[in-house]
Amino acid sequence: MKKPMINVQSFHDGREGKMNSRRQFLKIGGLAVVGSSLFLYSCEEDGITDEEINALDAKGVDNKRVFNLGTGDLAILNYAYILEQLEAAFYTAVINGSYYEGITDAKEKQILTDLWYHEVIHRDFLKTALNSIASPGRIAPDLEFNFSSVDFGSRDNVLTVSQILEDTGVSAYNGAGKLLESADYLLLAGKIVSVEARHAAAIRDLIRPGTTYFAGDDVLVDLLGTGIAYDKAVAPRDVLAAVAATGFLETKIIANNLPTA
Amino acid sequence: MNIIKFLENLSDNQLLETKGSRRDSLNQITNAGKNFAQASIPFALAATSKKTSAATMSMSSAMFQASPTDVLNFALTLEYLEREFYQIGMDTAGLIDADDRDVFGLILRHENSHVDLLLLALGDDAIDKPTFDFTGAPGGLALNPFGDYPTFLALSQGFEDTGVRAYKGQAGALIDNDVLLEYALQIHSVEARHASQVRRMRDEKGWITFEENTLPAAFSGIYEGEDNTIQLGINLAGKFPSFGGDAAVTEAFDEPLTMAEVNAIAGVFIV
Repeated sequence: MKKPMINVQSFHDGREGKMNSRRQFLKIGGLAVVGSSLFLYSCEEDGITDEEINALDAKGVDNKRVFNLGTGDLAILNYAYILEQLEAAFYTAVINGSYYEGITDAKEKQILTDLWYHEVIHRDFLKTALNSIASPGRIAPDLEFNFSSVDFGSRDNVLTVSQILEDTGVSAYNGAGKLLESADYLLLAGKIVSVEARHAAAIRDLIRPGTTYFAGDDVLVDLLGTGIAYDKAVAPRDVLAAVAATGFLETKIIANNLPTA
Repeated sequence: MNIIKFLENLSDNQLLETKGSRRDSLNQITNAGKNFAQASIPFALAATSKKTSAATMSMSSAMFQASPTDVLNFALTLEYLEREFYQIGMDTAGLIDADDRDVFGLILRHENSHVDLLLLALGDDAIDKPTFDFTGAPGGLALNPFGDYPTFLALSQGFEDTGVRAYKGQAGALIDNDVLLEYALQIHSVEARHASQVRRMRDEKGWITFEENTLPAAFSGIYEGEDNTIQLGINLAGKFPSFGGDAAVTEAFDEPLTMAEVNAIAGVFIV
């Protein structure tokens, strides 16, 4: 049976400016993706057939070019693992870049260093946890990322991408909470999401120090008319669409079978 | 039953179809005698949900979980406390540094919204606002938060960090109600943004290292257990020597507090 697909194409094709992928990320972040399934890819010339997807659905093949998140809580943990891999890879690139090297403010340097530590810890922990509950073919592989659109010598560029990743992480964990069946995993997600929120506030305060930007109206939403005072809760498919649109992720993610409630 | 009214505004009609239908299954995991409260809460899932059995089986603490109404009233108590604290702070001339008024004005606005949302959700079941004494006299303290800005900042940090741990500790109790769980999570992370900001205004890191407490010693309970290195049964101690070591491990995960632990902290300020 042919699966319905939504193809989210990469905007990173080498012809675009450095920050174009970021703008597209922001733009697509609000995109409502419809349909019963979602096929994401980050490099449009790497076509993949329905037959290949179905084969992967059946076998859960470990493959660096394409990965099926799976179903149930496992799918959500894989999803979290992918987001943490992205963040960890980004900060690893940051601390090897010239902006980080040139930071003279000790607190600013500490924040970037800590974020790198924390995201590496989240990533490696989730990998260990996944290995304790699932066979290797069902666990997301070590993903490949392409950060060529980011200028790691530019403070503005690094902090802007960092802010997007942290805010996205918060909204992603908030949106995933209700999809989890296990109270233990829900608590774990809670332990991580508040740290991501602490990160988001710290990065935002580096961008606009001492202002309301740490929890700004630009990122929060209203609930039931009580005011703009709540973080977003975004569904996995929308988060993955936004991630795919950055062009950072070189592996295709199949999210056909994620829980929706 | 006001919660029904506001949920009617939501587009998801499924929410209403199973109103009250989970009462029997929930009674197995909540304290007896709370039936009146459960009956007023609509549940978003079918009675045969996997989530109920998962919650029942996976956590030994499930038998101590509060009802959703109790959880929301517990949260409301904390939000009342924060709102009043910041309102008095903002209304006290000369207390808050001019450069910091925007930040605390925003936090106050958020706490106001959180109170309103919880009142809307609870309807007639909402508790009245307690009487607060921010000197801490009910707990035997003699603080002066509205006459001494460093004390105001310290209490602010304490309330925000406590709020983060309090919401986190109750998420499991809301696992069967997708709507309320998501609202709680959306508040939870905003409290974490507040905590991060106020901590850095006090020249601390935005995240919690081990059990480090820079507040008055009476508040060490706010950070107790934050030095945990075991997640999902996996001990991360000693595993990240090149990535900040155990200090970073404890920073990377915020820990929950139980309702009783939070009540003990908040009780210091409740007459």
